[in-house]
Amino acid sequence: MRRILLMGNPNVGKSAFFSRLTGTKVIASNYPGTTVGFTKGSLMLGEEQVEVIDVPGTYTLEPTSKAEEVASRLLQTGDVVINVLDATNMERNLYLTLELLERDIPVIVALNIWDETKHRGIEINTARLEELLGVPVVPTVALTGEGMKELANRIPEAASPEMTERTRDERWAAVGSIINEVQTLSHRHHTWLERLQDASLKPLTGLPIAVMVLAVSFVIIRSIGEGLIGYVMEPLFDRLWTPVMMELSELLGSEGFWHDVLIGNLFDGAVDYSQSMGVLTTGLFIPLGAVLPYILAFYLVLGVLEDVGYLPRLAVLLDNLMHRIGLHGYAIIPTMLGLGCCVPAIMATRILESRRERLITATLISIAIPCAASQAMIIGLVGEQGVQYLAMVYGTLFMVWLVLGFVLNRTVRGFSPEILIEIPPYRIPHWRAMLQKLWMRVYGFLREALPIILLAILVVSILISLGVFDKIAEVTAPVVSGIFGLPEAAVVAIVVGLLRKDIAIGLLAPLALSADQLVVGSVVLTMFFPCIAAFVVLARELGFRGLLMAIGVMIAATIVVGGLLNVVLL
Amino acid sequence: MKEDKPITVRHMHAGQSGKVVEILGGTHLFNRLNSLGIRPGKRITKVSSMFLRGPVTVRVDRSQVAIGHGMAGKIVVDVEEKKP
Repeated sequence: MRRILLMGNPNVGKSAFFSRLTGTKVIASNYPGTTVGFTKGSLMLGEEQVEVIDVPGTYTLEPTSKAEEVASRLLQTGDVVINVLDATNMERNLYLTLELLERDIPVIVALNIWDETKHRGIEINTARLEELLGVPVVPTVALTGEGMKELANRIPEAASPEMTERTRDERWAAVGSIINEVQTLSHRHHTWLERLQDASLKPLTGLPIAVMVLAVSFVIIRSIGEGLIGYVMEPLFDRLWTPVMMELSELLGSEGFWHDVLIGNLFDGAVDYSQSMGVLTTGLFIPLGAVLPYILAFYLVLGVLEDVGYLPRLAVLLDNLMHRIGLHGYAIIPTMLGLGCCVPAIMATRILESRRERLITATLISIAIPCAASQAMIIGLVGEQGVQYLAMVYGTLFMVWLVLGFVLNRTVRGFSPEILIEIPPYRIPHWRAMLQKLWMRVYGFLREALPIILLAILVVSILISLGVFDKIAEVTAPVVSGIFGLPEAAVVAIVVGLLRKDIAIGLLAPLALSADQLVVGSVVLTMFFPCIAAFVVLARELGFRGLLMAIGVMIAATIVVGGLLNVVLL
Repeated sequence: MKEDKPITVRHMHAGQSGKVVEILGGTHLFNRLNSLGIRPGKRITKVSSMFLRGPVTVRVDRSQVAIGHGMAGKIVVDVEEKKP
């Protein structure tokens, strides 16, 4: 099968391009480095099926970073290159084009983000550019699909013009003369978007903007999450599902093994979704009723921040702080993703340059950053006791993140390189692309988390009815009640935390803990051991030694912090 | 005040523009800056810098690049005089 490579600078819209071309859904965002591995898809060219590869963004074929190494290795394996250019930034983009033309592989050029050239006062003579380069040039807007048909039709015209290898300076000179011939810039006034762009980077205006953006995000997430739970999910469960469950309960004779497993315990003769612990009651309510609304709300807000292009600016503003903990500002992007789910977050650490940074970032994410599912449960459980307790949980985790980062920075060998990133312009998000991304993420949650949650509940209800937890509780009592000050039964939650943290936090509900104990419990459960999915991805990204280190740090930190909180609070 | 001596990006004021004269430091840094469009002969404008030795942001062509404080001290610029 012939293989088409999509290549271009970072953040020129290759991922959106890839989705359009192949119909394969991939996550695209407005910051450099969204694609870290490579993604395959396929496309019908006439009668022939060809393979399409979304190659990570690269500025040059001389590899200077990990993503660029991947890109130049993939180049050896391709049959045709679609070189995707940002039409609003041609000069820098053309350097890679010239490098590609020097290689012995047919190339076709897509001038992407074409729609923005007009209001940015850029005029490009594509016919002339085609002549100068000697390969087809097609203007495209991958987000809306404009020009994509023409591009696909012209792929067979892709050519590899005779060109001798040039030095770097010769290439830049050639780029300069091409630009002079094909591009006309007209002066235009700064748009409000550009003013905002500069304001969010200057310290005096940028920091207040950052605080505002984060505060507004939090309020929006919480309102959407609580709104959906209170006005949609709870009424749905109460009115539609509870009658079904009560019927089933009677059918099963209100007791016995299957009743315990499917329905769980009844409280005053009724189902209590947070405490019953049946697969069909709590098992369905936690993922769908309590967690899904927050997943939806979080990824909606994150999607807007990503597509607008705000995150790299946050990275620049926080670079200073992040350096104190051994990271550079760009590590804020995986960290923010971690507030959604650990798995994509740890994978996103690949956008960081050094192994050391990846190790520190991933360790910190898996210890101190609660995922959206855990947060939904924490907000539900602890928030009930009062906002101050919620603040204690978040405050403690934030302190852990800072202190642990500081310690890791001192102890992990090597140094972290300085920041050097391109900051994309603000863009008005395209609502269809955004909804598609939101759907992919929510669907991903349902597909991956739902089975594990049901399984976890199943295992818990079986183990409880077999009395296994009583044994474990006896053995671990010194740690659980001695150090953390929690009742012995809380060990059930800690063990279940290995499978899913949302369920684990939910298991604290029936224990009738005091508000302070809930704070300790939430913090300990968040920090202690990653859930099974996070564990797998940690192992894959960090290797065995990295994983051992992360887990060592995790256990030590949990015991220290849990113990300290116990002393301070209880 | 007239500034005819070349200075580094670190010492430019926000809003000042100038032509890059040279990049002090190894080929690695040179290549990385190069691929982001920062190379001798290019006109760049400083947008902002974060306090406490934070990163510096410059505009080059139509894009913005954030550069660590240390690296910013290695990019030598011939500053244009500001119009009164």
